[in-house]
Amino acid sequence: MVDVAWQHEDEASQDVAERARVLQKLKASDTFFRILTRSAAIFVLMMLGGVIISLISGSIPAFREFGFSFVSTQIWNPVTEKFGAVAPIYGTIVTSFLAMLIAVPFGLLIAMFLTELCPLWLRRPIGIAIELLAGIPSIIYGIWGLFVLAPFFADHVQPTLIAATRNIPVLSTLFAGPPYGIGIFTASIILAIMVLPFITSISRDVFDAVPPVLKEAAYGLGCSTWEVMRFVVLPYTRVGVIGGVMLGLGRALGETMAVTFVIGNAHKINASLLAPGTTIAATIANEFTEAVGDLYTSSLIALGLILFVITFIVLALARFLLMRIEGKVG
Amino acid sequence: MELARYSSRRRANGIAVFASVSATVIGMAILAVILGVLLWKGFGGLSLRVFTQMTPPPGSDGGLLNAIMGSLIMTGLGILIGTPIGMLAGTYMAEYGRHEKLTSVIRFINDILLSAPSIVVGLFIYEVMVRPMGHFSGVAGAVALAVLVVPVVVRTTEDMLVLVPNTLREAAASIGLPRALMIRQIGYRAARAGIITGILLAIARVAGETAPLLFTALNNQFFTSNLNAPMASLPAVIFQFALSPYNEWQSLAWTGALIITLSVLALSILARSLAGTRKTS
Repeated sequence: MVDVAWQHEDEASQDVAERARVLQKLKASDTFFRILTRSAAIFVLMMLGGVIISLISGSIPAFREFGFSFVSTQIWNPVTEKFGAVAPIYGTIVTSFLAMLIAVPFGLLIAMFLTELCPLWLRRPIGIAIELLAGIPSIIYGIWGLFVLAPFFADHVQPTLIAATRNIPVLSTLFAGPPYGIGIFTASIILAIMVLPFITSISRDVFDAVPPVLKEAAYGLGCSTWEVMRFVVLPYTRVGVIGGVMLGLGRALGETMAVTFVIGNAHKINASLLAPGTTIAATIANEFTEAVGDLYTSSLIALGLILFVITFIVLALARFLLMRIEGKVG
Repeated sequence: MELARYSSRRRANGIAVFASVSATVIGMAILAVILGVLLWKGFGGLSLRVFTQMTPPPGSDGGLLNAIMGSLIMTGLGILIGTPIGMLAGTYMAEYGRHEKLTSVIRFINDILLSAPSIVVGLFIYEVMVRPMGHFSGVAGAVALAVLVVPVVVRTTEDMLVLVPNTLREAAASIGLPRALMIRQIGYRAARAGIITGILLAIARVAGETAPLLFTALNNQFFTSNLNAPMASLPAVIFQFALSPYNEWQSLAWTGALIITLSVLALSILARSLAGTRKTS
């Protein structure tokens, strides 16, 4: 053992005492490395613990001051130091929900194209393009949304929407008001574009995991591509697809920069989707460095805690579902 | 009757195929528009000045030197801090505790950290570093980025070490190599390409991160190598300049966005090709 480990060193000695000393040294270094890697592994756990503890301790002043009313009132007034989190929570949930409403069908359709319809030579380039879309930093989506998408929406899309839905009962409330360009609606579209690659690539991976023989049997019976998707692939991959959707939802809930640029940062719940609003992440990003006073800072950290708890639950659920499908495939 | 059913099935299939193709075309078109606008707006402002001058006050010319340097310093430091921790943790999970309960718990937690909102990490570092120190600093920004690096490196290190065939480990053990030496000399060497890919992906991930820097490193009008002082970074400067009403600032924001996107895309393509060559060989 000593000879092999120490072969590149000239000092390898035949002396028994010397060999014992080297052996002892190797044993010590072995134990040391094991302890070192184990502490690093436990450090990862502690990182999560640290995040939770620091958020809780930071938000105590806010919860002590406002109690339950922090999550049940809408007033957000830094001057009178009254803070309620309902508007940002509402904005976070609505933008994420709308984003998923758009991104999920799109993502599933693209995954269907990639696995069932796409010619082989095109599969790789499109797959890479989707992953590039996933790699673009969120601030790029933000600046693009602010300077390109928002003006385009204000000038073309939103006026048309307002005019088209004027006489339809519910939709006319949803699409009311002046077409600012920035607001809940634009933020949802940007979020949809951002989570689309995640949903697409996970759906593609789980679609690929369907045993070919199942699909071939269905095709052999005379099923069309759509029928194979609808009655064979989707039922088989349901759990994995839901996991992927939850993972995308986790991203959408916590997304900061892209939303901050286009949401308008208004602490108000408005029935119209075209009106400016805010999300938890956008509120923190916009106001944290300007927050004066402990109560203001603490309220923002409390917002962060709420966001973390929501995303933690969603992500844990997603991982749980994806783990189940991994066990099934592997 | 049969024929009507047949044609309705055909119609349903036709609609689905059409929707699928158009969804893909729309997706590709969005990517093309984003990159196209970025190139068009960003290239206009790209000149040597961008890399040699500091960020200007409103209304005058300048560059992005301090922001680029700040981004390089903080990303580099974040990687230097995060990579060893991530590699060691991944090593434990793959080599020592592969079948332990602890490992599955860590894997679960790590996957959650991997997609946790980065702004929360910013708040965390604000609480544990900025508040006790009493001021914003470059080192706090670097630590915030390191927190984001760790989960990426843990994941790839573990995945790659698990792929190393057990026969290699047994061969090393049979000639009497201690376990620690076996991991370092056989395991790491066999998994090298994969681990490097993971580090490159981690760099690509944190290079464009804005949210965790906003209230850790803040921003700085000037260049500083003092890690104890607020430090500028490209994403933070883009955020500030894009939302400003000044034309020069907005144009610099686009140029900065172009620089970030190109470097991030180059990194991920490099990582991908590295992983690709490993697979085929």
